Amino acid sequence: MIPTTAKLGSIPGWAILWLIFLAALGIFAWRVVFLIRLLKLGRAENCFDNIPERLKRALTGVFGQRRLLDEPLVGIPHLLIFYGFLVFLVSTSGMLLQGLFPALHVPSMESNAYLAPVVDVFALLVLGGLAVSSFRRFVIRPTGLQLTWDATLVNILIAALMLTYLFVEAFHRMTLPLEGGVWVPVGNWLAGLAGSSAALRANAASFHSLFWWAHVLIVLFFLAYLPSSKHLHLLAAPFSVFFSRLDPPGRLAAPMDQQVRLGAERLEEFTWRQLLSAFACAECGRCERACPSNQCGEPCSPRELVHNLKEQLLRYGPALLSQARAAADGGEPALIGGLISAGELWSCTTCLACSEHCPVLNEHMSIMVDLRRRLVERGEVDAHLEEALRNLARYGNSFGQSERKRAVWTQALDFKPKDARKEPVEWLWYLGEYACYHPALQHITQSLARVLHAAGTDYGILYDAERNSGNDTRRVGEEGLFELLREKNMATLKKAQFNNLFTTDPHVYNTLKNEYPDLNHGRHPVRHYTELLAELLERGRLKIARPLPYRVTYHDPCYLGRYNGVYDAPRTVLRALGVDLKEMPRSRRDSFCCGGGGGRVWMEEIGEAHSRPSESRVREAAALEGVQCLVVACPKDYVMFADALKTTGLEGRLAVKDLTELVAEAVGVVPAP
Amino acid sequence: MNIVVLTKQVPDLVEGLEIDPSGKALDVASLRYILSESDDHALEQALLIKEKVGGRVEVFALNQGEARESLIMALAKGADRAVLVDAGLDSPLANHAAAQIFATLLRGGPFDLILTGVRAIDDLDGSVGGLVAGLLDLPYLGLIRKVEIGGDGKTAIAEKEYPGSYAAELEVRLPAVLGIQSAEQPPRYVPISRLRQVMKTATVEEVSVSPPSQQLLGVARLFKPEEGAGAVMIPGDAKEAARQIASLLFERRLLR
Amino acid sequence: MGNDILVFAEHFRGTLNDITYELLGKARELARSLGSRLVVGLLGHEVGGFVEKLGAADQICLVDRPELKEFASDTTKAILEAILEDVQPRLVMLGSTSIGLELLSLISARKGFPCFDNCTRLESRDGRLVATCQIYGGKIFAEVALPDATTLVAVVPGSFPKEPGEVAARPELRSIALPPVLPEARVTFRKLLEPPPGDVDITKAPILVAVGRGIQNADNLPLAEELAEALSGVVCASRPVIDQGWLPLTRQVGKSGMTVKPKLFLAFGISGAPEHLEGMKQSELIVAVNTDPNAPIFSIAHYGAVVDALELLPLLTEEVSNQATKKASS
Repeated sequence: MIPTTAKLGSIPGWAILWLIFLAALGIFAWRVVFLIRLLKLGRAENCFDNIPERLKRALTGVFGQRRLLDEPLVGIPHLLIFYGFLVFLVSTSGMLLQGLFPALHVPSMESNAYLAPVVDVFALLVLGGLAVSSFRRFVIRPTGLQLTWDATLVNILIAALMLTYLFVEAFHRMTLPLEGGVWVPVGNWLAGLAGSSAALRANAASFHSLFWWAHVLIVLFFLAYLPSSKHLHLLAAPFSVFFSRLDPPGRLAAPMDQQVRLGAERLEEFTWRQLLSAFACAECGRCERACPSNQCGEPCSPRELVHNLKEQLLRYGPALLSQARAAADGGEPALIGGLISAGELWSCTTCLACSEHCPVLNEHMSIMVDLRRRLVERGEVDAHLEEALRNLARYGNSFGQSERKRAVWTQALDFKPKDARKEPVEWLWYLGEYACYHPALQHITQSLARVLHAAGTDYGILYDAERNSGNDTRRVGEEGLFELLREKNMATLKKAQFNNLFTTDPHVYNTLKNEYPDLNHGRHPVRHYTELLAELLERGRLKIARPLPYRVTYHDPCYLGRYNGVYDAPRTVLRALGVDLKEMPRSRRDSFCCGGGGGRVWMEEIGEAHSRPSESRVREAAALEGVQCLVVACPKDYVMFADALKTTGLEGRLAVKDLTELVAEAVGVVPAP
Repeated sequence: MNIVVLTKQVPDLVEGLEIDPSGKALDVASLRYILSESDDHALEQALLIKEKVGGRVEVFALNQGEARESLIMALAKGADRAVLVDAGLDSPLANHAAAQIFATLLRGGPFDLILTGVRAIDDLDGSVGGLVAGLLDLPYLGLIRKVEIGGDGKTAIAEKEYPGSYAAELEVRLPAVLGIQSAEQPPRYVPISRLRQVMKTATVEEVSVSPPSQQLLGVARLFKPEEGAGAVMIPGDAKEAARQIASLLFERRLLR
Repeated sequence: MGNDILVFAEHFRGTLNDITYELLGKARELARSLGSRLVVGLLGHEVGGFVEKLGAADQICLVDRPELKEFASDTTKAILEAILEDVQPRLVMLGSTSIGLELLSLISARKGFPCFDNCTRLESRDGRLVATCQIYGGKIFAEVALPDATTLVAVVPGSFPKEPGEVAARPELRSIALPPVLPEARVTFRKLLEPPPGDVDITKAPILVAVGRGIQNADNLPLAEELAEALSGVVCASRPVIDQGWLPLTRQVGKSGMTVKPKLFLAFGISGAPEHLEGMKQSELIVAVNTDPNAPIFSIAHYGAVVDALELLPLLTEEVSNQATKKASS
């Protein structure tokens, strides 16, 4: 019997249910509309292109729960809870419909012999999942996972929903004759348990009704509460994933032309998609746990960044809505220096670990770079960074050295690399400033030149015409300088004649490939030198004279691996060299940044960090038994790790070498040590 | 408060310096010019004063090297007027000649304060600030690191550096010339986006003047310090150097 | 124009600065070879006591008036001009210092006398005076033949030895016709700003460990401090380090800071800007460490090493401590 047919006092149950239902729905709808209005405060952004791709992303991301399974301890429980939610969505809707329209005899899952056990088992699974995830949240307490009343309440509500459902089943069972009803294992077991009490048996129908109402009321309460809780991510996430940017992460969004001031700080300067992503955040803390700066004690926290944007929107958005057409200066306190500190923004290394691990595909960095752009626009940059930017603008490199010295490294070679400005070449080698100017890296650059020369590769360099590619300049927020550098470089590249382009530096690789139009598409594919070496080895153009008997580990550079998916080429090369390669626990897309990206090499240390990411990484490498060498494929990695070996005192234990050095040794271009 | 900033371009030492075949001048072909560092500070100090007490900042530069670019940068930083002074010459002028040109342009005002860098790396015959002050019969103070304008706008209080890290607070009657050592804040950063915007919209005034009578200095010859007449270089890496230096100190009985 | 050489005596807070003796020593030498008379301009208030220290001079123009109290640059200039009118020297020597730089340019422009700054060498050749001046951060030297007119030359402190100028005698006093009414002083002294009291007087330390920009940030200072301790020395710095606030003003070596003459000066990560060199180039033994082989500091250092200062510091500290223990056990 459907419990709403009974009367409470003189009012039919279904009438009361209707009232409560409409109230809950009303609160829910009102809140959702309010949130959408808040989103509309943001700038326009076209997120409706390429619908098929977006659908695919939403389906695999949301239903596949892809990212969540990175951490199986919580991934599996969440999967259970998620699917349990979907199942109960149907089941409880059915119950609600029955209750609202008792005369209509709406069919329910509970009476279906095939579906009922599913719901029943899921109730148990969800409870199990909840137990594990609650244990994790409240007892293990991983960093980044908040202990809030909201989280506690949500957990309690879900648990209560499952329990009340089971009791509904149990007491329903008890009202039926022994052979009647469908088989629901848990419900039946519970019925058996409760059935041992005569009092419970006698009042089974009343208890059924009681728990039925409890279940339905809790659901309606949850409905009303949901858009105000962190569970908003249930609604927001699927949309946020659908609308997420389709551009590769290595291509930052350029400022719109209409923008008078670069960057964003006020709510209306962010796009609605960025604001939506703040709502989609489930505050799971994966981003924070993956963040190298955060793990070393720096103020950087991707989770807090997104959270604070949401906070700002919820706190001051309403004021902006009511003022609507009024001047936007009314009342919104500054975000930077308010909820978000400049130190937080500058401590980011742009390693992409946060976005990579985010289950709802949030782009923390797009928010961070927009805020940095605003700081740069105001001239609020620290003295070291300012010097680097001045040098970049004037000399085309951050070292402040003359452009004429860019090719000084070639003087130690006994041949002169081709000048790509003057003659056509097959491969244009775009070195990057570190490989050219940094004193500790010259020998590596020279080795690579010799190796390629020995392989008969037709390559050339730009000599004095090469300028900083602008990757880190852009990520630091100096968009104007990035555009200036890019213009100059594109002009130089246009005049040069080449087929392919390769670079030593993954940062250079990233921007040339993703942010320089017309490069990498069609005629000029952009490659990293490890890809070129892999190709040369495969084609037999490079022959291994002596395989190397070392045990090594390899560090995936952020801009090569996570950003651009190049994980295999360097490993192919290492295998060909004959080394014994051992992977670090944090490898491939979980690689732990050296701490030098995002312009961090140009800045002072921020905050009270207890260690540096580079130190954590070399310790990780040194912990691998028997590993003698940490192999890198990025000039900044080399410099950062060489330094870290000194500061951690691990110089005797481990050496850092660029892949080039090993290849040069194996191929016989340099004598064996 | 009308502030005039006098600037000049100097060879950028990053590019290295070569002496030309005549031996009396630098080889111009290998030179690149940059705004003199203490002139940059003078401009910054002028802008800081304007921010505090209001007024105008006018920047002058002799047409040489990247003078036009540095004037545009000055406008982007907040200067009100930029003047490029062309004396129709290619080679750099001695400070006396430059001072004469500036003095002629500025005589009669109106200005309350003239700021310029206290020294430039190519100063041979005095400093432009002091020379201009002498020609215009204005008071001059050099090595200034802080400037405050008195309440009535008729005096300035300047902090001047002395040896031994001493400094003095001096009150000087305006109009006056101050040679800035360093501004109260490092020269501000201008994002390239703003600079490019200003480049499109701003105007740099151009003024032509006749070349002054005495231009050259009568340099007999330029030469570089003898190579090798410097230190005895200790070869090897840091470990080796440490060892050698320690022995050296031991030999000289400098270790206790 | 006469044949005299005029030296402007510089004094500060009750003592004659070393530059005065340096100028006197050189002026005396030049006066001998040119057959000139050496006149000293001594201006100030209550400075009569300096006269007997200026024995290297033939004559002293002493102007002792309250208006010439310290820091009265406007009045000093006026009186010095009067002295120049009277003496009509062929050469006026000043210090290229905080006090001298104003006088140099102002008087040169007002009187139309040629002037030269940053002079490090001054000699007479066949009756003509030739000055060598350092420019472009000390990378280039310019040799100029002084014209046949009263010429002012500002000399970089530390360019000439001071001993030849320290002669105890009482030179003749020469009186000067001063204008009846002095022009109104447009510059008035308000307050002296003393550097914050320091724990150490670096001018008295026999061993100095100096750090410059090459030290990169304040976190690396302990490396220098450890070496200083091992050597029983004191840490000091060039201007960029002081400007950043990593060390107090009292530790600054250079034109605006202290001039030091220790037995040992170890320079780590200091490039050697002239303003800094001025403050330390008379040290007995200078050892410089810099990653740039072309750093100007190597031109005045006795020994140099092109290595990273941050790498060398702990290694040197270790070597020094080892030497100490070796010595102790022997």
